[in-house]
Amino acid sequence: MEDIKPIMFKVTVDGVEVEVAPGTTIMQAARKIGPEVAPPAMCYYEPLKGTGGKCRACLVKVAAGSAKDPRPMPKLVASCITPVQDGMIVENFTSPQVVEARKAVVEFLLLNHPLDCPVCDQAGECHLQDFSYENGVGTTRYEEERRTFEKEDIGPYIQLHMTRCVLCYRCVYTADQLTDGRVHGVMGRGDHAEISTYIGRAIDNDFSGNVIDVCPVGALTDKTYRFKNRVWFSKPVDAHCDCEKCSGNVQLWYRGDEVIRVTARKNEWGEVKEFICNACRFEKKKTSDWVIEGPSKVKRASVISANKYAGNLIKKPDFALKLAESQYKKIDDTRPFVSEMSEIKKSEDYKTLMQQNENYFKK
Amino acid sequence: MATKILTEHISTPGIETFEVYRKKGGYTAVEKAIKKMTPDEVVEEVKKSGVRGRGGAGFPMGMKWSFLAKPEGIPRYLVCNADESEPGTFKDHYLMKNMPHLLIEGMIISSYALGANKSFIYVRGELMYVIRILEKAIEEAKAAGFLGKNILGSGYDLELVVHPGGGAYICGEETALLESLEGKRGNPRNKPPFPAVKGLYQSPTVVNNVESIATVSWIINNGGEAYAAVGVGKSTGTKLISASGHIKNPGVYEITLGLSCDEFLNSDEYCGGVRAGHRLKAVVAGGSSVPIVPGALFLKTANGEDRLMSYESLSDGGFVSGTMLGSGGFIAFDETACIVRNTWNFSRFYEHESCGQCSPCREGTGWMQKVLNRIEHGKGNMSDIDLLVDVSKKIEGNTICPLGDAAAWPVASAIRHFRDEFEWHIKHPLEATKPGAVYMGDGVLV
Amino acid sequence: MTDTNTKISFTPERLAKAKEMIARYPDGKQKSAIMPIMHLAQEQFAWMSQDVMDYVASLLDITPIEVYEVATFYTMFHLEPVGKHVIEYCRTGPCVLMGGEEVFSHLKNKLGIKKGETTADGLFTLKEVECLAACGWGPCFQIREKYYMHLNNQKVDEIIEELSK
Repeated sequence: MEDIKPIMFKVTVDGVEVEVAPGTTIMQAARKIGPEVAPPAMCYYEPLKGTGGKCRACLVKVAAGSAKDPRPMPKLVASCITPVQDGMIVENFTSPQVVEARKAVVEFLLLNHPLDCPVCDQAGECHLQDFSYENGVGTTRYEEERRTFEKEDIGPYIQLHMTRCVLCYRCVYTADQLTDGRVHGVMGRGDHAEISTYIGRAIDNDFSGNVIDVCPVGALTDKTYRFKNRVWFSKPVDAHCDCEKCSGNVQLWYRGDEVIRVTARKNEWGEVKEFICNACRFEKKKTSDWVIEGPSKVKRASVISANKYAGNLIKKPDFALKLAESQYKKIDDTRPFVSEMSEIKKSEDYKTLMQQNENYFKK
Repeated sequence: MATKILTEHISTPGIETFEVYRKKGGYTAVEKAIKKMTPDEVVEEVKKSGVRGRGGAGFPMGMKWSFLAKPEGIPRYLVCNADESEPGTFKDHYLMKNMPHLLIEGMIISSYALGANKSFIYVRGELMYVIRILEKAIEEAKAAGFLGKNILGSGYDLELVVHPGGGAYICGEETALLESLEGKRGNPRNKPPFPAVKGLYQSPTVVNNVESIATVSWIINNGGEAYAAVGVGKSTGTKLISASGHIKNPGVYEITLGLSCDEFLNSDEYCGGVRAGHRLKAVVAGGSSVPIVPGALFLKTANGEDRLMSYESLSDGGFVSGTMLGSGGFIAFDETACIVRNTWNFSRFYEHESCGQCSPCREGTGWMQKVLNRIEHGKGNMSDIDLLVDVSKKIEGNTICPLGDAAAWPVASAIRHFRDEFEWHIKHPLEATKPGAVYMGDGVLV
Repeated sequence: MTDTNTKISFTPERLAKAKEMIARYPDGKQKSAIMPIMHLAQEQFAWMSQDVMDYVASLLDITPIEVYEVATFYTMFHLEPVGKHVIEYCRTGPCVLMGGEEVFSHLKNKLGIKKGETTADGLFTLKEVECLAACGWGPCFQIREKYYMHLNNQKVDEIIEELSK
């Protein structure tokens, strides 16, 4: 057989070129390049069909539609649902318009979101925290009363906190695509739309617990883990078991030598790699239930590796660096990541900084 | 006497019945189209007519038809959008209740042109009495052989289904309408794919407004060129304008596009002028979502030219000094109208009608409504005005469907043109909250 | 109605009508008939109780949650018990310009209830709705399928008298 070379599209995101198959979305192309140019996503979830388009966090500017028709698209587009064209040029973090729009999306999502992060189980692994930290402004202009909902009990395993919900619909898709009978959905509409079973019944199904993992915020949390821990105090370990219902590949979350939570394993975009069953998630909380594989590889950018909020740890692409360079002073982003204070104190940067401080106060 | 393409016979007693409608020349266009024309020829005539979508967007209908994908073995659908819910617009209601057969005749010809064998008329649920009128008319047309199997012996089959909505403005957005027709919540779909490729039941679908479809019979009878000869420039043909608010004669008028705005407002043939003893303050020219303009800017453009009732002339000046023809929902405000209260009212409408899917619209419409509510009720701050403008900008263009824009424009335009009135409300809360209190600015009245 | 032991079912005529409605849509697309059937259900049962919605789901062979989602999205479906006559009055701009606010406050005073409430005798429920597409004929309200237009205080009085009989 002859080798047929598949037709590939060339796409540029923030100055970095990548080749992808036709039908790829801008988001997928950007993710293929890497986290430095990948747009944030609050509703899009690759493992679940049909997600995306709702949160508008991933809006990007298409500066050139394609090589054939290089006109820019008139509006910002949701990168998660917009397919690429050959020769398309996309601006993400490098477009001031996108940066502004994203600030707005952060503001909108936080308008009615309770600031209960200190008691929220999701804190530390909350995509809304990350999204607003990375893309938002630190202030709010909202002076109106915040929206509230009537509390609903959806059973012994899952805690629903509707006020925290960003209506990404991921849990609805999860129930549709993984379980054999969805009993919750989105009720009402507009700014009073809510996730609910309507009749206050339990969401009880072999795979229902996955809604906890897909929820980007603390709207759906694990009742068996509730208020037990802060995520940065726990240590994730990869483990597996022989399970009839699911792959049995999980992540155990230890505090000391106690398993306080079981979740699915996630990829670098925070998406579940393999969905797990409720028995694995809620009922196997002893080390002896599992074959331990070893500590999970934790990304440097994770709060679990500490200092998540100490600085921007993601290397920016050259294009963005050049842009930044032209506007600000040169940023050396190739420095090794160091968290030990004693090490930091030895560095040239630290010494320069201290010197600057000293000079400043001398004045 | 202006050309009446749609409403020539609307006052004829009994025109809602098949018999009278037929006597007045009804269904001859169906005969002509099905017996003497190929579907492509029908599409060609509609293209030639230059008729633009009458639901609000104004996209050329013939072009929309030509985008319809035609894969083998997959049914195609025509859906008529009769979910008329835009504040200020009631022309489709008027047309359907008085001349149901005009819509049905148009549906038959359009379905034939597009190769659809099952077509739907999605009527807002509140108009249940109109649905019954349409269903009766369908029965009559079926009995006369114009609908059903083997229409007029041509071998062409068509079934028409009238589908009731349930109370949701958003279903006027075509993809929300399709979702709703599939029995789901009216959440607009992400695009692409567009309905022309994947619409109702994932099949190629065309969605057209009632008034657009109702023009088709005349176009077939008289030719696309004859239709294009009516009107001005790219605003061909006639348009139904729903006129409401502070005018002498509220109602629905068929105008030839290009009619001067002054004549439309002041002539006795149409609105008959502002109600006696009052003066014009502001106009919403095309339904609540288009920018509101002061009366003077409705009558004349910023360059001092006479404004015409046409797509181009009304939008002359862009968002700075122009507005839009939209769905033709003309609302006049005299000096007794409070712009702040009206803006709050409209923003409450959009908050209420947002589907809640995408964050800028879900959160932004509620935010604007709450701020406007405060200003209207004497609790505003000066900074609220710029805040509203900023929020509206951040909704506009960033949402899944045009409801976001529709919610943003009335607020942004009201502040652009009536900023002093907003300021007055904020500075004089006690006075502004007195019942009937209205700001009398200088120089805005016509 | 609230008695869950009562078996909810359509009258034979309505059941036949419902089946005819389902048959209007292509095979396998019976879910499309959800709104026509909910309107039919509301005609018989006055409001959409959980039992009624579950019944609609069973007729369409879909899950109850699909009915709840739809019923809560659209404003025409009453999710609480309502009075004999549900007056749905338009609160939107054009009707307000025609004096709607005064007329409807008169209506509220006359009935002695606020929006969303039902009179003690169970005769009237007031519901505030958005634009009814009758802007040039406002102020207007709707009771079931009937539109009442060009309203003023006197007309409102007459309508209420008539319906109270």
